[in-house]
Amino acid sequence: MSEPLLQARNLCKHFPVGKKGWRGNQQEWLKAVDGVSFDLHAGQTLGLVGESGCGKSTCARTIVGLYPPTSGQVLFEGQDLGSLNASGWAPYRRRIQMIFQDPFASLDPRQTVGSILTEPMAIHNLGKPRERRLRSMQLLEAVGLNPRHLYRYPHEFSGGQRQRIGIARALALEPEVIICDEPVSALDVSIQAQVINLLEELQERFNLAYLFIAHDLAVVRHICQRVAVMYLGRVVEVADRDALFSNPSHPYTRSLMSAVPNVDPELERTRQRIVLSGDVPSPLDPPTGCTFHPRCPERDQVPGDRCQREVPALLPYAEADSGGSRQRSCHLEA
Amino acid sequence: MALLDVNDLRVRFETHHGTLRAVDGVSFTLDEGETLGLVGESGSGKSVTNLGIMGLVPSPPGVVEAGHVLLEGRDLVQMSEEQLRGVRGNDVAMIFQDPMTSLNPLLTVERQLTEVLELHRNMTRAEARRAAAKGLDEVGIPEPERRLDQYPHELSGGMRQRVMIAMGLLCEPKLLLADEPTTALDVTIQAQILELMKDLQERRGTAIVLVTHDLGVVAGMADRVHVMYAGRLVETGPIGPLFKEPRHPYTRGLLKSVPRLTGDPDRALDSIQGQPPDLANLPAGCAFAPRCGFVTPSCEIDRPALIQAPDAGDTSNSRRSACFETKNLPPVATDDHAQQGTTR
Repeated sequence: MSEPLLQARNLCKHFPVGKKGWRGNQQEWLKAVDGVSFDLHAGQTLGLVGESGCGKSTCARTIVGLYPPTSGQVLFEGQDLGSLNASGWAPYRRRIQMIFQDPFASLDPRQTVGSILTEPMAIHNLGKPRERRLRSMQLLEAVGLNPRHLYRYPHEFSGGQRQRIGIARALALEPEVIICDEPVSALDVSIQAQVINLLEELQERFNLAYLFIAHDLAVVRHICQRVAVMYLGRVVEVADRDALFSNPSHPYTRSLMSAVPNVDPELERTRQRIVLSGDVPSPLDPPTGCTFHPRCPERDQVPGDRCQREVPALLPYAEADSGGSRQRSCHLEA
Repeated sequence: MALLDVNDLRVRFETHHGTLRAVDGVSFTLDEGETLGLVGESGSGKSVTNLGIMGLVPSPPGVVEAGHVLLEGRDLVQMSEEQLRGVRGNDVAMIFQDPMTSLNPLLTVERQLTEVLELHRNMTRAEARRAAAKGLDEVGIPEPERRLDQYPHELSGGMRQRVMIAMGLLCEPKLLLADEPTTALDVTIQAQILELMKDLQERRGTAIVLVTHDLGVVAGMADRVHVMYAGRLVETGPIGPLFKEPRHPYTRGLLKSVPRLTGDPDRALDSIQGQPPDLANLPAGCAFAPRCGFVTPSCEIDRPALIQAPDAGDTSNSRRSACFETKNLPPVATDDHAQQGTTR
């Protein structure tokens, strides 16, 4: 396979929170992202799934440089983005764009749609004002909105339409990678389906790579070719979509999938379900060893107290049909 | 007699954009121990229906008009505010979507739980505390005694929702109005809470009105389903047949738009075209007509009423649909798109 477009290498983002120790001189850290690695290839979609607080949004923000990484690297075509200063970043900002979750909070209510769409082009000195306006009309058309709506304000649109404006803004600079942070989770299901289809259509048309962050596994299954599952700041399993969904290998992935309600009433009432006990532990005080062990339904199958003591590494997980591209971090026998 | 009998409930909001008919003539009944799923998208009026039943619609701008809302034969619409206070929390309890905003951040868990008991059951502080601890234990909160002295911000989201449920169930209500009880929660926590609600319902025979936009949650919980669109019921019926063979184009579209964990993932999702309706500016005919794939000229003139739409061979007449074209809809088995939707 070709060189990946975007790579995360052992990426960590720790936030300082309060002090502890009797002199108050020991810094406490919240390890939001703790050693995440993945590759994203041109034109591909990588899903990053997990429950709230697992660090998936922090991961996105660290990649686009909204947070400087604590350690580890983000490589774009081999260039370490973390080592760049503001002016060094500028050309890469054009190539990596972001779509946000909340279509109400992510658009400036005092800017017209035209101004929202032309602003990125103006910042990057692309074209003359007339050309920018023409381009923003093309963008509106590309996302299925009426180009005449250029002079309207965000409040005049519904949630789904606003999300389309957010997508048009991300496309304005002709990026190669778009980081989608829960782009459809605020939308109603009939509108959600429209936006998912739009994202897929745009990907094909402009050869975009998506890092698609979501908590909804069914959505991820529809849009991603490869999926990484996160739990408390770490990737616990990463695999190609079909391999992951047909045969999840990490106990957390298994229980996450089993918790998704099925729309078929008969199936939903008869199927076996793994109901996890307890809540996601606080990332301030994560459990020792494997962070999933206090909730893990399959812990008994690992001899001794290995799960409590030893952090499992993310290792290739051999499987007859996987072709070696599958990894998981678990002490269970493969 | 049904436990709850809602007849022609109407709620409108007088705003400066004009009159919004959030709930426009909703009728249903609910028996003891039954779960009714009220589904629809944002703005369809499902939450306002619940608020209307409880007399909690803010007024102004809200105005509630109803034939009647009978709870065990007593009409809640006719009751004074004082009489209603005797019903709320006692006979009827509500669980809201967001436990962060619906618990009082300034009061301990104990105070929030004991309030209803002291109010409705005339318990002393000590008795109420014991009952509250027992309530927390029942909803699966470990160390209930310690939790009682904590404030909501010290609890996780799943914990807070459990506290809300415990609070709702303390007075052993006959009717529980649950408004998106698991929407703010992660799926693994949602699974826990749904199991808990089912378990409590089995033990106590509580009737539940479950308001949600999540068709999967309804599929697992409800006995009957009411689908709302633009303030009206567009389809009602028992869960199994309704999900298998929807008789209203909106229900079909909704079921087809849900991404699933089975079936061909590379096939584009079926979506409902267009935008959700603007309540201040509804079309003259069927509100769904502008987005409907089966629309006929008469749909744009008249509003279809909710009438019987029986399945072949079904004599219970429990299914209703508000669509002129119900009889002409192709069976789901031959409707290419719908088939994809159900076999996925």
